[in-house]
Amino acid sequence: MPRSKLLSFFLPALAGALFIAIWHFIRVSLSEDFRFLLPAPTEVIAAFREHGDELWRATLNTTAGATLGFLAAVAVSFTLSLLLSLSPLVRVTFYPYLMLLQMTPIIVFAPILVLWVGPGLKSVTIITFLICFFPLAVNTTQGLVSTDRNLVELFRLYRATKFQEILRLRIPAALPYFFTGLRIAATLAPIGALVGDYTAGSSAGDGGGLGFQTIIYSSQAKYPALFATAAACCALGFIFVAGVLSLSWLTLHQWHDSYERADI
Amino acid sequence: MSFAVTAKPSVSASPAVEFRSVEKRYGQGPIILDAFSLSAAHGDFIALIGPSGCGKSTLLKLVAGLSPVSRGELIFSTSSASNRLADATISSSASSRDDLAYVFQEPTLLPWLTVAKNVALPLNLRAVPSAQRTALVRDALELVGLTPRADYYPRQLSGGQKMRVSIARALVLSPQILLLDEPFGALDEMTRDHLNEELLAIRERLRWTAFFVTHSVAEAVFLANRIIIMSANPGRLHREIRVDLPYPRTPATRRDPAYHRLVDEVSQLLRSIEDLATV
Repeated sequence: MPRSKLLSFFLPALAGALFIAIWHFIRVSLSEDFRFLLPAPTEVIAAFREHGDELWRATLNTTAGATLGFLAAVAVSFTLSLLLSLSPLVRVTFYPYLMLLQMTPIIVFAPILVLWVGPGLKSVTIITFLICFFPLAVNTTQGLVSTDRNLVELFRLYRATKFQEILRLRIPAALPYFFTGLRIAATLAPIGALVGDYTAGSSAGDGGGLGFQTIIYSSQAKYPALFATAAACCALGFIFVAGVLSLSWLTLHQWHDSYERADI
Repeated sequence: MSFAVTAKPSVSASPAVEFRSVEKRYGQGPIILDAFSLSAAHGDFIALIGPSGCGKSTLLKLVAGLSPVSRGELIFSTSSASNRLADATISSSASSRDDLAYVFQEPTLLPWLTVAKNVALPLNLRAVPSAQRTALVRDALELVGLTPRADYYPRQLSGGQKMRVSIARALVLSPQILLLDEPFGALDEMTRDHLNEELLAIRERLRWTAFFVTHSVAEAVFLANRIIIMSANPGRLHREIRVDLPYPRTPATRRDPAYHRLVDEVSQLLRSIEDLATV
């Protein structure tokens, strides 16, 4: 393994170990009465064993909401971005509302959403969708309108149809921007699903997700289980981001400058 | 190679491109190009030189049809020369403007496509049958000496190599008119000289009519048989200099006293224009 690869594995591992050591140190320095506020790493692992089935099911439910919302946001934002990129007039008309959507605290509407579509997966999916939508739409639109002017003229010179121009020029040129949006959305999707589940989750059907478990564990004062819930959400986020980064690498590494050299 | 070598341009009475008192302005803006008249014969290599703002690049855009003429006329005629890569690539119903190609200041390549696919782009856009594509791309790459780099991506190439790909792409459809907008301006002098020689070598095989915008007097004299010196604000044709140095021109041409006299003459003319502008 080259030195830089070794370092990029070793340094984060060292930082992680240091973090756990500090965690442990803070815990032992607390008086007995307050130790319940900060469960030991071993207690968190024990909580995983105790609540394993419950957490696994909740994680799957949250994964479903996060994935569906994320994919829907990708599909809808891409279509909208294409429409926005076609005409400056359309852009000027709708851009302020896109911004407004981002500023709207979606949680406020969660109770109404529950009345509209019912609690559970549908609500969680919609909330995730709304949270992921903005960074995707903004970045993709930016990419679609940032095409090199000379390349556009080259296509016009060869009498390319509008369809050819979009398919062969504008969309590939927008891919690096699209993946920037995708990376942001990938970090937001699991959090969006968790928050959605927290406000609009349901124990009906096959049970709630990680947000719903958060409510239950905190009401039962099961603090190690709360930490385990957080860890599960982190793992989910990690898988999302890793997936998007892989997809981005597969699509761009051969030609895009951002993958030229990755030295430390 | 599958090129039919025709050493001389076809003798044709009608010029390849004719400007008749062409005027260009954008909207109600100032006049960019004023009463510009010029007749380019088939096979002419015309260098356009002048201070910035003299409308050189605008002139190319007009010929390319990327921007409409405001007043006056721009007339094209096709030559009957058989110096094409493949006759089948030219559709019978196409206007003469389909026969031109443009080389930009930047290589202007699609970074996500390999060299071969970049060169094939005009063929794909024009729906040339795929059976012909491979051969045309191979020939065009051979012309610029980039056959071994066919599967490389643009970012793996040097600046000079990228520019060669850009030229190969322009030549793949066998244009009759070649528009070059300062194509070698960003390259170092050695590479630029080398590419100039290559461009002329290719011209010996495929006779297009070329319009070449440049800021380099030496480059203009080396390449062109006619140099159009333009003045700015508004852009006008100031003087035309004929370059009677014989083709094929080689590095030895740069040591010819006649070459140096012409470089001096054009330089002085340019200086006099710039002096006028600063008064």
